[in-house]
Amino acid sequence: MERLHFATVGSVDDGKSTLIGRLLYDSKSIFEDQLEHIEAVSKRRGDDYVDLSLLTDGLRAEREQGITIDVAYRYFATPKRSFIIADCPGHIQYTRNMITGASNADLAIVLVDARTGVVEQTRRHSLLVSLLGVPHLVICVNKMDLVEYDQAIFDKIREEFETFASRLDLHDVTFLPISALAGDNVVSRSANMSWFEGPTLLHHLENIYIASDDNRIDTRFPVQYVIRPQRADTPDYRGYAGRVAGGMLRVGDDIMVLPSGLTSTITGIDSPNGPVEQAEPGQAVTVLLKDDLSITRGDMFCRPNNRPRTSQELEAMLCWMDDAAPLQLDKIYTIKHTTKLARGKVSNVLYRLDISNLHRETDIKELKFNEIGRVTIHTTSPLFFDDYHQNRTTGSFILVDESSGQTVAAGMLLSPRS
Amino acid sequence: MKSALRSLIDESVTIIREVAAEFERPAMLFSGGKDSVVMLHLAVRAFSPARVPFPVMHIDTGHNFAEVIEFRDRAVRDLDVQLIIGSVQASIDAGRMQDATGPRASRNPLQTVTLLDSIKEYKFDAVFGGARRDEERARAKERVYSHRDAFGQWDPKTQRPELWGIYNGRHKPGEHFRIFPISNWTELDIWQFVADYNIDLPSIYYAHRRQVFRRDNMWMAVSPFLQPEEGETVSEELVRFRTVGDATCTAAIESSAASIEQVIAETSVARITERGATRADDRISEAGMEDRKRTGYF
Repeated sequence: MERLHFATVGSVDDGKSTLIGRLLYDSKSIFEDQLEHIEAVSKRRGDDYVDLSLLTDGLRAEREQGITIDVAYRYFATPKRSFIIADCPGHIQYTRNMITGASNADLAIVLVDARTGVVEQTRRHSLLVSLLGVPHLVICVNKMDLVEYDQAIFDKIREEFETFASRLDLHDVTFLPISALAGDNVVSRSANMSWFEGPTLLHHLENIYIASDDNRIDTRFPVQYVIRPQRADTPDYRGYAGRVAGGMLRVGDDIMVLPSGLTSTITGIDSPNGPVEQAEPGQAVTVLLKDDLSITRGDMFCRPNNRPRTSQELEAMLCWMDDAAPLQLDKIYTIKHTTKLARGKVSNVLYRLDISNLHRETDIKELKFNEIGRVTIHTTSPLFFDDYHQNRTTGSFILVDESSGQTVAAGMLLSPRS
Repeated sequence: MKSALRSLIDESVTIIREVAAEFERPAMLFSGGKDSVVMLHLAVRAFSPARVPFPVMHIDTGHNFAEVIEFRDRAVRDLDVQLIIGSVQASIDAGRMQDATGPRASRNPLQTVTLLDSIKEYKFDAVFGGARRDEERARAKERVYSHRDAFGQWDPKTQRPELWGIYNGRHKPGEHFRIFPISNWTELDIWQFVADYNIDLPSIYYAHRRQVFRRDNMWMAVSPFLQPEEGETVSEELVRFRTVGDATCTAAIESSAASIEQVIAETSVARITERGATRADDRISEAGMEDRKRTGYF
């Protein structure tokens, strides 16, 4: 069965957790003991109705404050598809947890409160979804029950969002008027909005064609681990384990190893299910080569006539995620990129993005918590990489603070501006 | 799109290899329960034809189902891995803690002390656990690489961002990571893997007749470690276990599912979660799991 991985994002109180509760409840994916539990808690707290957000707000602090702090993962299946949901926090303080949840998603649902329309967090999250390259977007205008299911309000919010989004890199955007609390257009069609002719949310999630964003053209294989059994029955086995990051690997293919530039031929591919003839993006395999070359973790296989860019000078969009300290120019951070660790410093902030209007602010010397900017980075050793739009794996990296150990930034590599 | 199970296997194998490459002394928790069995099989496949390059560790409360211990020793032998046993009894004997007493005593929470002591003794810097996010609401919140401070504590409020498939395992001496390579598997995925790869499991996962009694609406098994109290009557029922843990706090369910296929059919239509149906330890409080995890539990 196919699995769709989607994230729910949007501002705090726009109803993300309630929407997930509604999807699970109406698709009969909630177990009896879970339902009994949240019914009992809601009753004890004196709520008028069963608070479906309790299904995903699993931490004590979240239940106390009634907000989502960290991303929760939920799993459900219908006869058509199985789903992984990343329920992301809406609070600006927890944006890094939202990025965590959205980074691997095929689709993002942005919730908008029909009463308030597009707010700063709607814009921030849509921008992040666009930067992260999430292929599909659904804008759910929620709480339609509180605006008397008024089509004019839905149309106005749609227009508002489209004006903002015209400057974002979004390709597939769908708008739905819903009420997560009352259940309109989530799993069942709403009797209150006969003016809306589109699908319900679940129908959309079940049927949307998920174009794989895997790059199947440019062969990239970061070496993760060298397998050399110290055992008598396989004295000559030397395999290079890793996950295919792009293109196809086939037995008989000529490959080039970076950084050495040496070439060889693939003589075998072992998968978790035994030997295979070829491997595609996402597959975890072990590659055997004809020649005995010196290859270590952090090296990369590619095709001799199709190589990634190799450079110590990088340009990237950087999301700063550290609440303890801002990005400091010329401070050394550890960079983790594919299976390679390097060190580097940000030499320049080319511009910072103003979230509200997407204006580029120049003459910036630092990036603070939750700010996004385009930067240049100088590394101690060359990285082998592609533009993030070409390859989400070889185009992404994180920065780690060397004293605190924290992951302080997420980066998406881009071609230098000409 | 690729088949969901194959993607899960690829993801898990990648995580296991990443830890073997980046940490100095990893270990894999192995209880003989289905999740840890599947995780260990994935590790075997990750490094084949080489041996798994780290030991497995069982935190043994001493209150086990005999079938599970027998299975554990067989699996370790068949899969050619090294077994380390952290004994709760030894921790009690050494005065590290007091045994649980009283009518509803369970050694389950005591495992945390033994686990943390063993991690320290062997200087493990990464410990794989077979927890799944679909099991429980606190687990649903946890990262794949989950940081533990020098006291073994989890702080859910300061979890590191974890983007794409890039994991950050940097830590200070004395700290460690818990690693959850099967975070995204569901109970049904586990059983599908067991079916597809014909994985051997402890026999108590399949329907059998057993002496049980009713407590808190659950079927508890009579054992040397757990006896009925006054008013609880023992009967023989056809049951199986959906989870396997400490014998004093793991309940059986009524079931006639005797084969993998029958278990899958039963799991597909289950209306109660596996922990809800079988775990007395989660019923302590609303945040029972979170509180135990904060202090270093699995």
